[in-house]
Amino acid sequence: MQMFEAIMLSVIAASTPLLLAAAGELVTERSGVLNLGLEGMMIMGAACAFAGTCLSSSVIVGALCGVLAGVAMSAIFAIFTLGLAVNQVASGLALTILGTGLSGLIGAGFVGQRITPAPQLHLPVLTDLPLVGRILFGQDAFVYLSVALVIGIWLFLYRSRAGLVLRAVGDNHTSAHALGYPVLKIRALAVLFGGGCAGLAGAFLPLAYTPFFIPGMTAGRGWIALALVVFASWRPGRLVAGAYLFGAVSILQLHAQALGLGIPSQLMSSLPYLATVIVLVLISRTRGIAGSAAPASLGVVFVPDR
Amino acid sequence: MKKWNIIAMAAVLAIATATFGGSYAAEKLKIGFIYTGPIGDLGWSYQHDVGRKAMEKALAGKVETTYLENVPEGPDAERSIEQLARTGHKLIFTTSFGFMDPTLKVANKYPNVFFEHATGFKRAKNVATYAARFYEGRYIQGQIAAKISKTGVIGYIVSFPIPEVISNINATMLGAQSVNPNMKVKIIWVNSWFDPGKEADAAKALIDQGVDVLTQHTDSPAAMQIAEQRGIHAFGQSSNMIKFGPKAQLTADTDYWGDYYTKRAQAVLDGKWASGDTWGGLDSGMVVMAPYTNMPDDVKKMAMDTQAAVTSGALHPFKCPITDQDGKTVECKGGDHLDPGQILSMNFYVKGVDDKIPGK
Repeated sequence: MQMFEAIMLSVIAASTPLLLAAAGELVTERSGVLNLGLEGMMIMGAACAFAGTCLSSSVIVGALCGVLAGVAMSAIFAIFTLGLAVNQVASGLALTILGTGLSGLIGAGFVGQRITPAPQLHLPVLTDLPLVGRILFGQDAFVYLSVALVIGIWLFLYRSRAGLVLRAVGDNHTSAHALGYPVLKIRALAVLFGGGCAGLAGAFLPLAYTPFFIPGMTAGRGWIALALVVFASWRPGRLVAGAYLFGAVSILQLHAQALGLGIPSQLMSSLPYLATVIVLVLISRTRGIAGSAAPASLGVVFVPDR
Repeated sequence: MKKWNIIAMAAVLAIATATFGGSYAAEKLKIGFIYTGPIGDLGWSYQHDVGRKAMEKALAGKVETTYLENVPEGPDAERSIEQLARTGHKLIFTTSFGFMDPTLKVANKYPNVFFEHATGFKRAKNVATYAARFYEGRYIQGQIAAKISKTGVIGYIVSFPIPEVISNINATMLGAQSVNPNMKVKIIWVNSWFDPGKEADAAKALIDQGVDVLTQHTDSPAAMQIAEQRGIHAFGQSSNMIKFGPKAQLTADTDYWGDYYTKRAQAVLDGKWASGDTWGGLDSGMVVMAPYTNMPDDVKKMAMDTQAAVTSGALHPFKCPITDQDGKTVECKGGDHLDPGQILSMNFYVKGVDDKIPGK
């Protein structure tokens, strides 16, 4: 059973950055903005978080730097797509490329430096419980933040007026505008929130997961997070399931390889993606012909006076 | 066409000719490098960049270097290599196996540019290949692992099933078996040369399954760091990773390309460059073992003795007879050891490796 605990700990660590980034993107997409720049924002978050921690010797300062980096990148995105009504897909992709390059530039001076990674919680009796102790009570702050974030987003979207307005803006921005809601302002706030979450997700990688910085360390996690939002049908509960499914299969395939099961490793590497697609097909069967659950105005540019 | 358009076009053409004409008339030899990962990987690409800088220093004033990092192996590589060829670089080093076909394609189009492809096996009149005998270092590592490991299992994190990776696994196991005939290995293929997160996950999975010595054929120090965290031992790869594993690193199989790069650049400067294959090992200094640390003195002595024997040629890691996984004896084409061709195209595991080569 010690293996179970070890595997669960690895799974949680692997799933947390995906969950953090996807949760923020979920809010952004619910407001109707498609932010494809997630990978760039994540890697910028990673670079700035590591730089911040190196310079200040504090993980909290580093994490804040990461969040601010994500917010700054998404602010650029917001200016272009909301302020100048530029195509959202193109802007997002451009920001990914910008973020990837800029992070290499910022992080170049910090490559090879070592930091003390984020501390893990230790409660006197609870953490030492046999099976679930470390899984539930021995994680670092990022993991607990990710859970709190998802719960908070769920409460916000489905139990608060502001969340209702956000969803309305995402579904039909013209009606929302006619009702007098400040569509662009709401979308801008959602975009900044999404960017901050992406920055936090990126910060998790060099501060807790692998405590060093190397250019390109996100290795495509931003794109996986984007796909997870679609997998989740834009619902927070399913997002947690998707992120953990992906993380679990990723870790289990490595264990299966180490056990020497003899299945080709290329097939094993593709398993996380295959599993996600299969589950998506299965859960979509029950929807009926109504079509996709995407916010109806997702990706549509909104200009008030048109 | 409007008059101003014609004048503008003429101005642009003049400037362009001046720029390109200027570069051809330059005295310095322009040398290009293509890296598959970031030079900050502190592994494979980092070492090539160390070599580049050493060459620049040795030939100061005579060469000018450019490098492109993070070039993915595949169709995009061709574009990057061509970009260097087009902009006046006369010698181009492509530093990863996956650049093989793109290098040949571009070499075909630019017969006056010299290309050097690392770890490949296809050559042309203007394409040479070079590699380091990493397997020599691996044999020594295998011996050390067998002495140090209490569980008798080595953890091996690898990227793609190409002959170089397979021969390195075999060399490690042959070295280990020379000390402990029952040594076992657990192999995880992460299908990427560089993915710190996945390498860390693979390291954790191997440690959770009971290995206590880790080695890798991937490019980041993530596994070394996990080894340090978990209190086990590991071998660095391509670069000395002692910074990431001060108590964990036993040694590292480091590549040193500086002398080779200097030699080849000098050959171009002297007009004597010719295609060929260079495969240097411990004897020529292309493979350098990082200082032996974190091990008892008798293990250190054994490692140094083996290193001396391999360097002098007295001991060959692939000395015959070699039995493959299925129990068959491998044909010995090099006298008393496998010949270079067999090592470079190795696609079988030696006896004692309980894994199947993916895709075979």
